Amino acid sequence: TYLVHILDDIFCLQFSGVMTTISKLTKTCVLRLTPDHLFFILPGKVTNGGVGMWCQLLQANFFQEYQMEGVTSEPTLSSVGRVVTHDVPVDVIPRRLWQEFQESGVPDFDVSVYLPPLKTMKSVVDRMKNLSNFLVMEANLNGDMNLKIQTDLVSVTTHFKDLGNPDGGPTQSRDPEVMAEVTVDIRKLLQFLMGQQVNPSKALCNIVHQNVVHLVLLHEDVSLQYFIPAVS
Amino acid sequence: MPLSTQSQSQDEQYVLVANLDNARNLSNILKAITCKDHAVFTATANGLKVTVEDCKCMQANAFIQADIFQEYTLKEDMVIFQINLTVLLDCLNIFGGSTAAGASTALRMCYMGYGHPLLLFLEEGGVVTVCKINTQEPEEPIDFEFSSCNVTNKVILQSESLKEAFSELDMTSEVLQITMSPSQPYFRLSTFGNSGNAHYDYSKDSDMMELFQCNKTQTNRYKMSLLKPSTKALAISCKVSVRTDSRGLLSLQYLVRNDNGQICFVEYFCCPDEEVEEE
Repeated sequence: TYLVHILDDIFCLQFSGVMTTISKLTKTCVLRLTPDHLFFILPGKVTNGGVGMWCQLLQANFFQEYQMEGVTSEPTLSSVGRVVTHDVPVDVIPRRLWQEFQESGVPDFDVSVYLPPLKTMKSVVDRMKNLSNFLVMEANLNGDMNLKIQTDLVSVTTHFKDLGNPDGGPTQSRDPEVMAEVTVDIRKLLQFLMGQQVNPSKALCNIVHQNVVHLVLLHEDVSLQYFIPAVS
Repeated sequence: MPLSTQSQSQDEQYVLVANLDNARNLSNILKAITCKDHAVFTATANGLKVTVEDCKCMQANAFIQADIFQEYTLKEDMVIFQINLTVLLDCLNIFGGSTAAGASTALRMCYMGYGHPLLLFLEEGGVVTVCKINTQEPEEPIDFEFSSCNVTNKVILQSESLKEAFSELDMTSEVLQITMSPSQPYFRLSTFGNSGNAHYDYSKDSDMMELFQCNKTQTNRYKMSLLKPSTKALAISCKVSVRTDSRGLLSLQYLVRNDNGQICFVEYFCCPDEEVEEE
């Protein structure tokens, strides 16, 4: 049995902000509960070109009462709270499939860089989508990031500089000028940018060259991770 | 400012260099003539003329004089190329088209000559976007031979008065009929749509009528689909002059003030619809 109580208005609002962000990305997702955290997962199979997303919440910040027992044979789930009552339709995922939803390990990325202001990225990518279906995201350890589109008719490159690179990123043996790049479906990047309701306290991007873009947004104790694979 | 740090030697390769502190002073006026994908750019010492044509019987021109630009350098007498206008507008508005206070996009436009792409360098808040747009062989714009000496009827109206009429035009009417006369109804716009006929009359004595010079009664019909795009020019203008010549060719000239209060012009020419019988 899972029993949760929603604490009070403030947390309700923040929780609904997170819900809104997630609902812009997906209609259904997997909710994984552990004693300390809630995970909302969209398990796109990244190798097949699907987008993956993780959102991790520290449950203590949101729920006054949070009880968890082991798997029961009764697949009834409901949450009841003083402020909010919801009966949310839930499919219980059989235990044998649980390992698919283990928190994904941090991939071995080539470059880690802080994102430019999301508002600027949104304007630029929104215009670029009129010109091309694909966009190249590239960045280096010098804090430079470029967004590029190229077709027979037109090429457009937006240059962001001095973004900064997070500590604990890839090793210093990499030439800081060399770019790691990924070609992505522009609509997937735009979908992510359009969905942001809250200004994050930290926004960064990990790039695995010609493989995947891993976007991480942190807002207090909520982290949202979004994977966009390279187009094949 | 990053855009002006291009070296002198780089500039020498361009036959046209035009700089604007505010890209909207170009993009807003180009939006007013966007009714087809392609436009012909003609650059002379006077400035830039951008031409769009439809069906060989409608032509829209936007004029941006040389002194509107913060820098305007032309190495040849005339430079002319054709370009995709919708792509150009997406590039000019790359940082969003909004008129947020204080935020403006600076533009540097460079062209190396025949066969080369048009280069745009746009900068806002320290972020630079570089665009390369392919150019095409220009089609020579039609000369409608509308001469100021051959004007039969002319009125100048404040745009305010026409905006309501044009926004309400019955689009089920295939034509827009314009009547100009020294006697009643003086200046009349008419439509003939599914729900009936509509007339908009403007008296020569109206406050909105700044000039009224009509010598002969003329009634001409123009295809609605060709004239409807002129509504965009009307929307950003403060005054409009309506002239017809003896052939019924229509000239609409719009006076537009840009963000800096400087004056630019937009002009529409339209041939009368010959197939329709006069009532």
